[in-house]
Amino acid sequence: MEALKQELKEKIIAALNLEHISVEEFDDNETLFGDGIGLDSIDALELIVLLDKDYGIKLTDPKEGKTIFQSVETMANYISANRTK
Amino acid sequence: MKKSFINGVGCISVQKTVDAAFLAEVELTTKESVVFAKQPSYVEVISPSFIRRMAKGVKMGIFTSTQALKEANLAMPDAIITGTGLGCLEDSEKFLKAILDNNEQFLTPTSFIQSTHNTVAGQIALGLQCKGYNFTYVNGAVSLETALLDAKLQIETEEAHSVLVGGIDETAQHNIDVQRMAGNIKKQEDLPCSILEPTTKGMILGEGASFFVLEEQQKESSYATLDAISIQNSLELNEVEQYVKTFLNNNKISLNDIDLVVLGNNGDVEFDVYFNQVSHFFNQTPQAYFKHLSGEFYTASGFGLWMALNILKEQTVPACVKMNSIEREMYQTVLLYNQYRGKDHSLTLLKKC
Repeated sequence: MEALKQELKEKIIAALNLEHISVEEFDDNETLFGDGIGLDSIDALELIVLLDKDYGIKLTDPKEGKTIFQSVETMANYISANRTK
Repeated sequence: MKKSFINGVGCISVQKTVDAAFLAEVELTTKESVVFAKQPSYVEVISPSFIRRMAKGVKMGIFTSTQALKEANLAMPDAIITGTGLGCLEDSEKFLKAILDNNEQFLTPTSFIQSTHNTVAGQIALGLQCKGYNFTYVNGAVSLETALLDAKLQIETEEAHSVLVGGIDETAQHNIDVQRMAGNIKKQEDLPCSILEPTTKGMILGEGASFFVLEEQQKESSYATLDAISIQNSLELNEVEQYVKTFLNNNKISLNDIDLVVLGNNGDVEFDVYFNQVSHFFNQTPQAYFKHLSGEFYTASGFGLWMALNILKEQTVPACVKMNSIEREMYQTVLLYNQYRGKDHSLTLLKKC
């Protein structure tokens, strides 16, 4: 799980060009949207594509995203339970 | 008819054109086949959360437009007009590459949103919350001149009292590769080269952004009036002199009224002959060139315009841009002539105010 979280942080930083954040500073439980990392709706689309492309997970219900994309911790839990690749 | 005063300028280029004295320190671009613009620190002007999505062209455009507005002491222009030859090329390439790499699946929105030609004008308007006229011209090497012409007409017809006008072009790897294959970029073995006495084909590719605030009112910051612009898509070599003569006649000025001619020589032996025609026609007039400092790109004439405006303001022609030794006591009227590969000819007339 730790390796997955590390990999996820690297992928999020790269996909969203979060140049001002390092993997070391990226807390597992930091809120991704709003007050935490400060992601927005365009980033949400990027994360949906990232799940599909890299882990074979298709999010069909947009409401699910709110819970899944809460933090790196919640994303990693969802990926390890649902990944197809 | 209202005059168009150029009251503020901003320029990012291969040279130190941000927070530096006018061409005090220059580096010739004649050693490399592709040269890149010096990037300033953007964090003072653009929020970090926006910067992360912006390609170089967008950042350069926002930075230079902010500089121009600040100098003109203008908070909100009535219109924003930009010109670009290739638009936000880096993101266009990124998006197209993603289509190919991912077999037309998994396309993400960011590079698509940022890849259109009018992204720069749109992002500036969003930042300023400017809901006025917003237009982008994609007309090859006269993109900026077309934008300037539109701005001038907006002011003359009183559609707008102030217009933010700019030209932006960025380099991107695939385009560099394609231009090399087409032979448009100088070969490594032909470098370093002479821009004024070229012996080889091709240009040195550059990039940059320049913005100008045009207003109907003269201000303390005014550089010059933009008196006339002419655009001609195609000219034969033997038609260039007549083109210039007609332009001068239409604007009721004689050859001797021009105090400085700024030419867009880019060191391509095949096409710089057009500039030689104009240079010969003005053989008793001071002449300057600029693409040895900016490199060649579709809106490189913006660097030439920025340079001409600074010459008018400072009343001195830096030695590094002089093409001949002729000097004038005062520089009141400047004519810029540009073309690219024998197409997209333009004449721009500036008068000191």
